[in-house]
Amino acid sequence: MAGKTLYDKIYDAHIVADRGGADALLYIDRQLVHEVTSPQAFEGLRLAGRRMRRTDATLAMLDHNVPTTPRTEPITDPMSKQQVEALMANAEEFGVQLYDMLDVRQGIVHVVGPEQGFTQPGLTMVCGDSHTSTHGAFGTLAFGIGTSEVEHVMATQTLVVKRAKNMRVTVEGELPPGITAKDMALAIIGRVGTAGGTGCVIEYAGEAVRSLSMEGRMTLCNMAIESGARAGLVAPDETTFEYIKGRPFAPKGGQWDVAVDHWKTLYTDEDAEFDIDITLQAAEIEPQVTWGTSPEDVLPISAVVPDPATISDKAKQAAAEKSLDYMGLRPGMKIADVSVDHVFIGSCTNARIEDLRAAADVLRGRTIAPNIKLAMVVPGSGLVRDQAEAEGLDEIFINAGFEWREPGCSMCLGMNPDKVPAQGRCASTSNRNFVGRQGPGARTHLVSPAMAAAAAIAGRFTDVRELMAKEPA
Amino acid sequence: MEPFTTLTAVATPFYRSNVDTDVIIPAEHLKTISRTGLGRYCFKTVRYDENGNLRNSSPFDRPPYDKGKVLIAGPNFGCGSSREHAVWALMDLGYRCVIAPSFADIFFGNAIKNGLLLITMPEKEIQELLKKATGREFTVDLEAQTVKAPDGKVTEFEIDAFRKERLLGGLDEIGLTLQDEKAITVFEERDKMARPWLYA
Ligand code: SF4
Repeated sequence: MAGKTLYDKIYDAHIVADRGGADALLYIDRQLVHEVTSPQAFEGLRLAGRRMRRTDATLAMLDHNVPTTPRTEPITDPMSKQQVEALMANAEEFGVQLYDMLDVRQGIVHVVGPEQGFTQPGLTMVCGDSHTSTHGAFGTLAFGIGTSEVEHVMATQTLVVKRAKNMRVTVEGELPPGITAKDMALAIIGRVGTAGGTGCVIEYAGEAVRSLSMEGRMTLCNMAIESGARAGLVAPDETTFEYIKGRPFAPKGGQWDVAVDHWKTLYTDEDAEFDIDITLQAAEIEPQVTWGTSPEDVLPISAVVPDPATISDKAKQAAAEKSLDYMGLRPGMKIADVSVDHVFIGSCTNARIEDLRAAADVLRGRTIAPNIKLAMVVPGSGLVRDQAEAEGLDEIFINAGFEWREPGCSMCLGMNPDKVPAQGRCASTSNRNFVGRQGPGARTHLVSPAMAAAAAIAGRFTDVRELMAKEPA
Repeated sequence: MEPFTTLTAVATPFYRSNVDTDVIIPAEHLKTISRTGLGRYCFKTVRYDENGNLRNSSPFDRPPYDKGKVLIAGPNFGCGSSREHAVWALMDLGYRCVIAPSFADIFFGNAIKNGLLLITMPEKEIQELLKKATGREFTVDLEAQTVKAPDGKVTEFEIDAFRKERLLGGLDEIGLTLQDEKAITVFEERDKMARPWLYA
C-alpha cells in the first residue's frame, strides 16, 4: 500500500463519520472567530436554541474593523461599531474567550492564533476567513469557512469536508540573500496561477521551505489560498516545536513530550503520491511585484509590464487589458519605473515581528520619498507592537516618515478608515490586489516588507538588494 | 432553508472569468450583522459607475434581466474571500441558480448551505446557453437534473446525491449532523485520552 501524505494523515485522524463519496464529517479541533463573519452564526444558534459545543476550543477577537488610531477613541463608523459590539455581546452570552480592543493580545486572528500557541501541529482548525491557511505553517490542517459553517462548528464541533487532492510544491536549494518568503509565495502563485491549486491542499517542501522561520512559513501558507488551494501545509519540525514551546496554549509539563512525540509522526511518507507535483528553484527567485488585479499577475522587479496582445487565451487577454486599465499601467513599462504614493506594511501575510524587522532594516537611517502621501505600519498584534517597540523599531519607522499604528487588518481590506484613495497606488505587504480591495479605485501592488520599505524610500519600485548595497544618504 | 425543486425564470448572461467575491459584494458592505438586504450592493461596481449611475455595460437592473433568477457565468466564479455574504447578496438580488464552467471551492460550499444551486457545465454548453439568454425563460429541474432553454433544448447536468437531496429537501445541515451526536461524543472521549492538552 502506498504511503500517506501529511494531509491524508490529518484528515483520516479526524473522521467522525463517513458521508459517502469524497465527503466525511471531520472533528474540528479549534475555531478562531472574528467580528465580520460571526454575527449571523451566533444569530443562527440563538434562533435554533443551540449552545456552543466547546467554548474551550474557540477563541474570538476583533480585527477586521478596528481602527488603528489610538484605542481610547471611539469607533466612528456605526456599522463597524455594531459588529464589534455584537461580537463582544455574543462572546459574553456564549462564554467564548475574547481578546477585546484594549487587550494586549488582540490582533489579526492569523497572527494571534500562532502567537498564543493556539495553533498546533496535526490539528484541524477553521475560521471564517480564507487566510486561515496561514496556520498550515505548523502542519495544521487549517482552512477558511463561510458563516453557515462557522455556526455548524460552533454547534457540533464538526464539519463535512470533502477530501482534497494532494499537491506538492517543492522549492529546491537556498533562497538568495535578500529574497524572502513573500517573494517565494508570489513566485509560486505566478507559476501555479490563481486556480492551479483548486480542489487541492498544497504541501510546501524542499530545502528553501525547511530553512524558513515560522514567520516565513506562515507567509507562504497564508498565500496558499491565492493559488486556489483550500489550505497549505508545512510538515512540523524542530523549528515548529521551538516556536510553540512555552506559549499560553502550548501543552504543559509531561504533556509536552507526549505532544512532541505525536507531532513527529506528522510528515508525508516517502512513497506517498501527489496528484500534482511542482518544483521551483530557489536560486531563480527574484524580488516580486504584482502588476495586475490578481495575485498571479506577478513579475520580478527586473521585468516590464506585459503586453496583453501577446496573450493567446482570449479570456485571459481581456482580463489583462482590464487589469492594466484599472492599474493605470502601459505595456512595456519597467516595473522599476512605476511610482507609488502609498505604502502599507501589515496584514496577516506580513505583520509579524520578523517582517517589521526586515522593513526596519531597510529604513534605518533613510527617509521616505516626498511623493509618498501615506506610509503606515500596522503590527499584527499588540504583542508584536510591544516587541517592536522594545527593539526600537517604531522609532526607525517614525523617523523614516512612517505612521506607527495599532494592530488590526487595516489597509489590507479597507474595512476600517484606512483606505487607499481612488487611483492611489500602494506598495502593500498584504495578500490581495483585487479591484477595490484597499478602497474603491485603489491600485495595489503586492510586495515583501523589504520591497515595500524600499519603494517608500525610492518613491517607486526598486530592487531592495541594490538599495541596500548603497549607504544611506 | 427553502427547498429547491424547479425554477422557471429569465437567465442573465454574465460571462467573465474569475469573478471574485469582492466583485460580487464589495468589502465595504460586509459590515452587517444580518443575512438579508445585501442585494442592493451585489455586483455594485459592475452595475454602477463612480457617481452611482447605472452602467450601460451592466446586464443587471434593466428588463428583461431585472427579473433574472438564473445567472450564466464564466470560469472560476466566486473566487477570492470566504465571505458567505457573496451568496446572501446574490440570493437577495433574486438569484437561485448559477451556471458556470467552474466555481471556486469555498463559494461552492457556501452556496449549497443557503439553497443556491450551482451547476457546472462544459464551456461549450455554457456558450450555447449564453446565446439563448435573451430574455425568455429557462427551466431548471433539479430532480431531473436538466436545464431547458427557451427553444426547448434540454441539457443535463451532474450533481452529487447528497447535495441534491439537501437542496430538494431544504435540509438544515446542523440538524443533519446532530443525528451523529453519539459518534461525535465517542470521538471526543477517545481524543481526550490521546491529546488531553487540547481539552480545558
Ligand atoms: S489581514 Fe487581510 S487577509 Fe488577513 S485576515 Fe485581515 S483582512 Fe483577511
